[in-house]
Amino acid sequence: MSDIAPPAESPLVPLAPPHGGDLVKRHRLSTRLWHWTNAVTLLIMLMSGLMIFNAHARLYWGEYGANFDSPWLKIGSARIGTHEYGYLQVAGHRVETTGLLGYWKDPDGTPHRRAFPYWATIPSAYSLADARTWHLAFAWVLSLGLATYLIWSLINRHIQRDIHITRREWRLRHVWQEVKDHARLRLPTGAAALRYNTLQKIAYAMVLFGLLPLMILTGLALSPGTDAWLPVTEIFGGRQTARSIHFLCAFALVGFFVVHIAMVVLAGPFNELRSMVTGWYRLPKERDR
Amino acid sequence: MSKLILSRRRLIQAGVVGAGGLLLSGCDRLTRDPKVLDFLGEAENLHRVTQRGLAGDALAREFAESQMSPTFRANGSLAVADPVYRAHFAQGFSQWALRLDGMVERPLMLPLTALKQFPQRTQITRHDCVEGWSAIGKWTGPRVATLLDLARLQPEARYLVFHCADLYGGRPYYESIDLVDALHPQTILAWAMNGRPLEEQHGAPLRLRVERQLGYKHAKFVTRIEAVAALDGIYGGKGGYWEDNGRYAWYAGI
Repeated sequence: MSDIAPPAESPLVPLAPPHGGDLVKRHRLSTRLWHWTNAVTLLIMLMSGLMIFNAHARLYWGEYGANFDSPWLKIGSARIGTHEYGYLQVAGHRVETTGLLGYWKDPDGTPHRRAFPYWATIPSAYSLADARTWHLAFAWVLSLGLATYLIWSLINRHIQRDIHITRREWRLRHVWQEVKDHARLRLPTGAAALRYNTLQKIAYAMVLFGLLPLMILTGLALSPGTDAWLPVTEIFGGRQTARSIHFLCAFALVGFFVVHIAMVVLAGPFNELRSMVTGWYRLPKERDR
Repeated sequence: MSKLILSRRRLIQAGVVGAGGLLLSGCDRLTRDPKVLDFLGEAENLHRVTQRGLAGDALAREFAESQMSPTFRANGSLAVADPVYRAHFAQGFSQWALRLDGMVERPLMLPLTALKQFPQRTQITRHDCVEGWSAIGKWTGPRVATLLDLARLQPEARYLVFHCADLYGGRPYYESIDLVDALHPQTILAWAMNGRPLEEQHGAPLRLRVERQLGYKHAKFVTRIEAVAALDGIYGGKGGYWEDNGRYAWYAGI
């Protein structure tokens, strides 16, 4: 580690330099609690959000947007002769998505013409009201959870110590080396595995300070009540733009989730899962060079 | 041996699919459980108190004519079948009057011509539908507060119920607001939209505008305003058509 030695009470760095094979304390209770609360909350937010989207499966830019206006994204169904199909349309280009988006069958074989299929939504059968009930209740859990976690992580210096990207780490050569190591699946071992690597820090920082705050702010921007007292809708360039950003950020979070799970599997799912449940992590053995 | 492995693999696959299915259907039962939904629905009070506390009397954003939607989407009931309404419609609502009664000192019948004589408010606002779409239009009409001054609310009155001429899915449409929204400067009874008398699909002859809430609160075809102390016992008791028929929130500010 290039930075000065942290205080002895730091849970992240034991007094003697750790070696590969050592069981070390890796994640604080606040991190673990927030991680799992957030995992459940984001799943509920995503699935209920997809159901809300089903009520009007179009996205626009600007302040207004409805059926007479042209959407930049649309999920729908159409028919050519007897062939009915689902499609996703982005900027005028259509891709057929039958079975997945726009036209799909439920387990009973009944066809539906909604955007997202039953297995992706809360609840599984169309209900805008129930989806809103879930979405808007858990919006509080997401917002207060994030705010508490960020404040707590500033106080216990988790952000400064573990997420903060140092000037050395920002160097292009360093980042490029990490990209190459990741591409070859040469993940950090030994004491180096104790700290987040730069790509990991960038990903976490983007979620913590970018995507999650954007989700909350664009969500607030959709509220006609909020629009009266907070200029958030205006800042995003209109309610329909805010709705589009809300949707795009949601899928960016899905993208983060996919990469996150892939990295957990590659880094050793048991060890990773244990560290996020109990806090204890076994450092991977140093490679023979 | 290979058969054995195959069958074991199939068994595991079946197990995974089965467990997944069980989990999915179990979760789905949970997501539709009325008790769970009632509990989560309590967040509505949190939304109302927070929004009201932070917003105070703040006005909904108003727009310039150049920002208006080229075409304003109509939703819900687009026409009214009621024969009395049809007769008034045929006469251009010249003999039509709004009833304002309930817990007021002076119940009133207010002809449309009289409503046009009161001080008028014109506002270009964004209409946000609960489904997610928005349209910007220009609305003109008297403030609800002006009418309440005239009828004088009794001290126990807490809500205004807006009765409508249309049936939606065979049931009468209605909505309600509390006095915070009733007295808000932008809460008007619009008889004109985009500079012309309201079209039938937009709620002729009168449509409520509650600009800081979602579209379903903006009752169309309003025929009667009733001041009440509580919403229990009125239609389904939850304060509105969608509140009664689908668990939509009464406070629709978010």
